[in-house]
Amino acid sequence: MFDKVWDSHVVTQIEGGPSVVYIDRHLIHEVTSPQAFAGLDRRGIMVFRPQNTIATPDHNVPTVNQHIPIQDLLSRTQVDKLKENAQKHKINHYGLNHPYQGIVHVIGPELGLTQPGMTIVCGDSHTSTHGAFGSVAFGIGTSEVEMVLASQCILQSKPKKMRITIDGELMKGVTAKDIILYVISKISASGGTGYFVEFAGSAIRNLSMEGRMTVCNMSIEMGARGGHIAPDETTFNYIKGREFAPKGEEWKKKLAYWKTLYSDEDAVFDRELNYNVSGIEPMITYGTNPGMGVCITGSIPAIDTIEENARASFQKSLEYMDFEAGSSMIGKDVNYVFVGSCTNGRIEDLREFTNFVKGKKKAENIVAWIVPGSRQVEKQAIEEGIDKSLEEAGFVLRQPGCSACLAMNDDKIPEGNYSVSTTNRNFEGRQGPGSHTMLASPLTAAAAAITGKVVDPRDFM
Amino acid sequence: MSIDKFLTIRSSCVPLPVENVDTDQIIPARFLKATTRDGFGENLFRDWRYDKKNQPIKEFVLNNPAYKGKVLIAGKNFGSGSSREHAVWAIHDYGFKVVVSSFFADIFKNNALNNGLLPVRISAEFLTKIFNAVEAETDTEVEVSLEEQKITLLFTGEWENFEINPYKKKCLLNGYDDIDYLLSIKDKIGTYEAERSN
Ligand code: SF4
Repeated sequence: MFDKVWDSHVVTQIEGGPSVVYIDRHLIHEVTSPQAFAGLDRRGIMVFRPQNTIATPDHNVPTVNQHIPIQDLLSRTQVDKLKENAQKHKINHYGLNHPYQGIVHVIGPELGLTQPGMTIVCGDSHTSTHGAFGSVAFGIGTSEVEMVLASQCILQSKPKKMRITIDGELMKGVTAKDIILYVISKISASGGTGYFVEFAGSAIRNLSMEGRMTVCNMSIEMGARGGHIAPDETTFNYIKGREFAPKGEEWKKKLAYWKTLYSDEDAVFDRELNYNVSGIEPMITYGTNPGMGVCITGSIPAIDTIEENARASFQKSLEYMDFEAGSSMIGKDVNYVFVGSCTNGRIEDLREFTNFVKGKKKAENIVAWIVPGSRQVEKQAIEEGIDKSLEEAGFVLRQPGCSACLAMNDDKIPEGNYSVSTTNRNFEGRQGPGSHTMLASPLTAAAAAITGKVVDPRDFM
Repeated sequence: MSIDKFLTIRSSCVPLPVENVDTDQIIPARFLKATTRDGFGENLFRDWRYDKKNQPIKEFVLNNPAYKGKVLIAGKNFGSGSSREHAVWAIHDYGFKVVVSSFFADIFKNNALNNGLLPVRISAEFLTKIFNAVEAETDTEVEVSLEEQKITLLFTGEWENFEINPYKKKCLLNGYDDIDYLLSIKDKIGTYEAERSN
């Protein structure tokens, strides 16, 4: 499947070098694009194919009072710059308060911009999310953003291919997020480096589109270039009727093409891995990279179970988290709960969280930020009464953006505090200087939010 | 427009024997608010380099005057995490020309090459040797020859070859820039688009 998409996008091959790859969709946001536009200005050129690029601010935006000007001057400058550059180059721009604004990786799929067989890039590593639709999607740096703006192409060497087949039926209370945290805990945060991953198997097939996005989103957290899933009826049903989805005759033509996008029986992969997730529990991380995950009733590994040359890093990580090797995860104190991000900030995630906390009360020691991934998610949540149910349980639905996922806006977890977060990175200081992050599913986050501790969500189901 | 040509570098080293250094550590997100490429070096490894009161943390290697040079030696899986090119700008702006590790994250490697920062991947054994040598003698020098794709520990004369894509090598040696190349094949890109749409 990877070859089918990749090969059809190669404009030309540089001898002994990378391929020139044509890009169908280019998403840009305020943080990684200004220097690329500045580069175009220096060269005195305009964007080559403005209709293939979509701009929206997300990383830097506040999640309250979005109707008033952004208070942080630097953030405001970036957001304004994005708008200015988009206008100048005639790029579609969904600014703050626009009904389509949101995290780039949430709006692409929900607007039908993300389609099977496309090449999709963005100056953001979690572009891998779009792979859930059977596209080849990956994150790029700002120099590459400039390449795409200038020529609609980038120079890339073809990555190796890996297939991860995941079979089995999930137990109650176990979600897509747990599957991917489980897989990364097995293959490590660098185990996928150099590869593009295809996720296959019954457990993947049975996931909703949103669950598949969660899985592909985190493929980058095992170091992979990207991850994708062959499109099927679930995919087509999701896309059909969305704003920028093909319509009428065009739909039929596209659908016929999309149905050819699967790996043939005799497809060869550079590496194949198989997992069965029938028995897995909800997962949670204890350390400072996403590979440091355990099942929720499990314990942090003892030091002597860690490979010798990895012990120093392991210990440094535990010191940062102020956790003891060998201790159990259940019962650890939590002060913050964050639900949102391009990993788990979609409507199904908000529903899951809300259904869990409905009729219960937020624990007093918990500060919770519930942040929809986009305006559309926010709108739907309000239509479904999710905001009301949250309020009754002591929570507030905020406004869309990346928020505490990377803490560029005011949503920072204060130093020394512990958060259970539905995001994708638990790096040192990721959610604010000195913050301690435990990654988990929206259900596990919900259980922490009402008890103030790490607990097994299944105990309440 | 061209980037600087990459010449052979001979320099002492700055050791950072930590694995999985992610780009959030190299440059924390709160310093990504600039709209130009300059000045990121100031905030390189910010949270490891300065304490909460903005006082330099003495133990951190960049604050140790014994270690200086254009070559950063780092533990395995360097540059993982976010795709932010700001991480490369910060390292480059600080004055490094080469990063040596036994393993680099993909996007970081591409970003580095696009900015004239050379990622040199060597074996874990050789990496340990360099760390040990630098620990023993803080002014231990290495020589990095891009032309020969070779890194030498001058202290002992031990060396290893490293790999680099031949296209990227040519670009770096000559200071060529990818975008100039892409602009030069615009016609070809146009033809590709036309062929695909029918
Ligand atoms: S939500 Fe987090 S991971 Fe996703 S794009 Fe925003 S900052 Fe990146």
